[in-house]
Amino acid sequence: MKLPINYTFKNFKSRKLTTGITIVGIALVVFVFAAVLMMAHGVAVTLVSTGSSDNVKIVRKGANGEISSIIPGDVQNIVRSLPYIAKSPDGNPIISFEPVVIINLEKPNGGVSNVTVRGVSPGFQLLRPEAKIIKGRMFNPALRELIVGKAINNEFKSTHVGSSIKVAGNEWKIVGEFSTNGSGFDSEIWGDAHQLQDAFNRANSVSSITLKLTSKSDYNKFKKAFNSDLRLKEYEPEIEQQYYLDQSDYLRTLIELLGIFVTVIFSIGATIGAMITMYSAIANRTVEIGTMRALGFSRRSILIVFLIESLLTALTGGLIGIFLASFLQFFTISTLNFNSFSELAFSFALSPWIVFGSLGFAVLMGLLGGFLPSVRAARLKIVNALRAE
Amino acid sequence: MKVIKLVFKNSFRHKLRASLTIMGIAVAVIAFGVLRTVVTAWYQAVDASSNDRLVTRQSVSFIFPLPLSYRDKILQVPGVKQVTYANWFGGTYIDKKNFFARLAVDADTYFKVYPEYEITKKEFEDFKKERDACIIGSETAKQYNLKVGEAITLDGDIYPGKWDFIISGIYKPKYQSTDATQMFMHWSYINERMKQEMPLRANDVGWYVESINNPQNSGAISKAIDKLFENSPNSTKTETEVEFSQGFIASSSAIITSMNVMSFVIVGIILLVLANTMIMSSRERTTEYAVLKTLGFSAYHLTFLILGESMFIAFLGGILGLFLTFPIVSGFGNHLPKGFFPVFQVEPITIILSALAIVVIGLAAAYFPIHKTLRTKIVDGLRFVG
Repeated sequence: MKLPINYTFKNFKSRKLTTGITIVGIALVVFVFAAVLMMAHGVAVTLVSTGSSDNVKIVRKGANGEISSIIPGDVQNIVRSLPYIAKSPDGNPIISFEPVVIINLEKPNGGVSNVTVRGVSPGFQLLRPEAKIIKGRMFNPALRELIVGKAINNEFKSTHVGSSIKVAGNEWKIVGEFSTNGSGFDSEIWGDAHQLQDAFNRANSVSSITLKLTSKSDYNKFKKAFNSDLRLKEYEPEIEQQYYLDQSDYLRTLIELLGIFVTVIFSIGATIGAMITMYSAIANRTVEIGTMRALGFSRRSILIVFLIESLLTALTGGLIGIFLASFLQFFTISTLNFNSFSELAFSFALSPWIVFGSLGFAVLMGLLGGFLPSVRAARLKIVNALRAE
Repeated sequence: MKVIKLVFKNSFRHKLRASLTIMGIAVAVIAFGVLRTVVTAWYQAVDASSNDRLVTRQSVSFIFPLPLSYRDKILQVPGVKQVTYANWFGGTYIDKKNFFARLAVDADTYFKVYPEYEITKKEFEDFKKERDACIIGSETAKQYNLKVGEAITLDGDIYPGKWDFIISGIYKPKYQSTDATQMFMHWSYINERMKQEMPLRANDVGWYVESINNPQNSGAISKAIDKLFENSPNSTKTETEVEFSQGFIASSSAIITSMNVMSFVIVGIILLVLANTMIMSSRERTTEYAVLKTLGFSAYHLTFLILGESMFIAFLGGILGLFLTFPIVSGFGNHLPKGFFPVFQVEPITIILSALAIVVIGLAAAYFPIHKTLRTKIVDGLRFVG
């Protein structure tokens, strides 16, 4: 086997340009394949890490997003008195009544985009312990002060700590920047719930209620208690994490659909490319194949040699593609989330599954593209092969 | 002219390779076409907007309402022909997945400001007469099999509760780019119920739309309108409809950019497939080209020979791809979430771009082989062994 494999390597050298082009082609395909998967994975990662699995979010039934949901004051009081809500050390239920609005902010390169502004109730730190102030300080609930998510600060103008933005005719001071480790909350601006209700003329109605359960396993019991209260029949509870995951439906469907489509098309193209290269590699080497057969190499060895050649080409391309795609992880992109109608920042995220999937995909292209030509090489009759010009 | 015959013969000397290459090009042209269609579909809202309409909304965000009283004030601004207003109704039709825009509009003026939503006179009169009447777009009517006179029930979210409407007309889009999926109901019908159930939200208007006399004055008129409400708690932002739609698209710019990039990567991949084929063909024919040179064929002939073959294969693949683009785009459109793009079709610009890409690829793929063939000395060429 040593000789044929040596032969394969020598061949790469003697047909540099053609082999190079095939490798580049496969690398491009794998790059795009991985990039699209990383994008869809990035959206999912961002939204899965948004919210906790032991928090419950309550919105109006049929509301397409938080901004189109309205929960009046009396309902808020009913929810507050439900069982299975965790208590803070000083005995108050851990619950946040949140008015949510969207405002327009200017992007540095021109154009405006929508940003979610969320009012949070005192004690929200116990509800969302993952939110940490990384610059400046926490807002003062008695003042018109805001804190901005980390991703907002990168995406928009005039949202640095110390500057102020105009919301509802008033200047609001930005006093701090918070991070939630890359979750969707990083694309939001937070302030005190009462201050924001006042500013937006919301009286005492809010958009959603988020509360912490005594334990994750109490969700079904909580839901039962919730549903058995007829005054709450217009509203529905959902695990916070699941709620945000559902919020990305449109965006994920679009990216995944595009991903599958682009991949199918690209792989057909790349397989054809590999096939062309392999067929001509074999056509050019008919005499050589005949010589090897005459020297006593079996048909199987010939088949394997050419398959190896094609697999090596594909695998090299695949590795280059993955290597290039891994640099995408340093990019964060931000786009409109169609469900919540506001900006969502996310990064390309690589997972082991994507690495193996992409490499497997490259190998598959090599196998498909190399198989038919290899079979043809193996089936050549010695006499005919030697006689070829 | 013999050279042309040689181009054809050469192109199909390796039938398998030629057909594989043509297939590869066709597949890539389809991919290119679909991605470009997604990009143009995104921009459809801009194409459908007009420069002689202005949109006035609350300056902080369009989710905040404006008072109804602004209407008369805006009408007084010189240059404003007609003012209409609308609210985003939202809500759910049977299932959350059934998305199409639902707007509560001023029945008297809305269709005058939007002449591209074509309804008959009778439909318009019927719509005005009944307070719970609504008008839907022909696309939506087709998709959900709705007819004039039938009832349609929405589950409100922004406007809570069950809402029943009777379809009094189906509008037809005037242009290809016109969105034919919307639903319009009476703003006053919604407002009456709001007055009783949520008096705080009575007389709220989502946004105003003004048709103006002369698009060239749009800047001055916008400024004049915004100045009226500058110091009120509800200050406004007025811009042309085109600018308004562009603002929406800016929010999705990341996705659009990545699709643009991808479509050009595809062009690169087609180029690689074709270049590979061309390089291999001319490598095999090194000896033949040397013979041709010996016979006295000039550099022009050889260039024509190789370029012709490259263009011919690119052309065949391109034609095949363009033909298949249409059914595949419509298949792709059917798999998108309902109502995601109001208009999803292959635009002329997509076809032009594809054709242009094919020409460029045909030219570029021939470059290396031509370069090499012309440089090879006759003796070396004759001596060449594959």
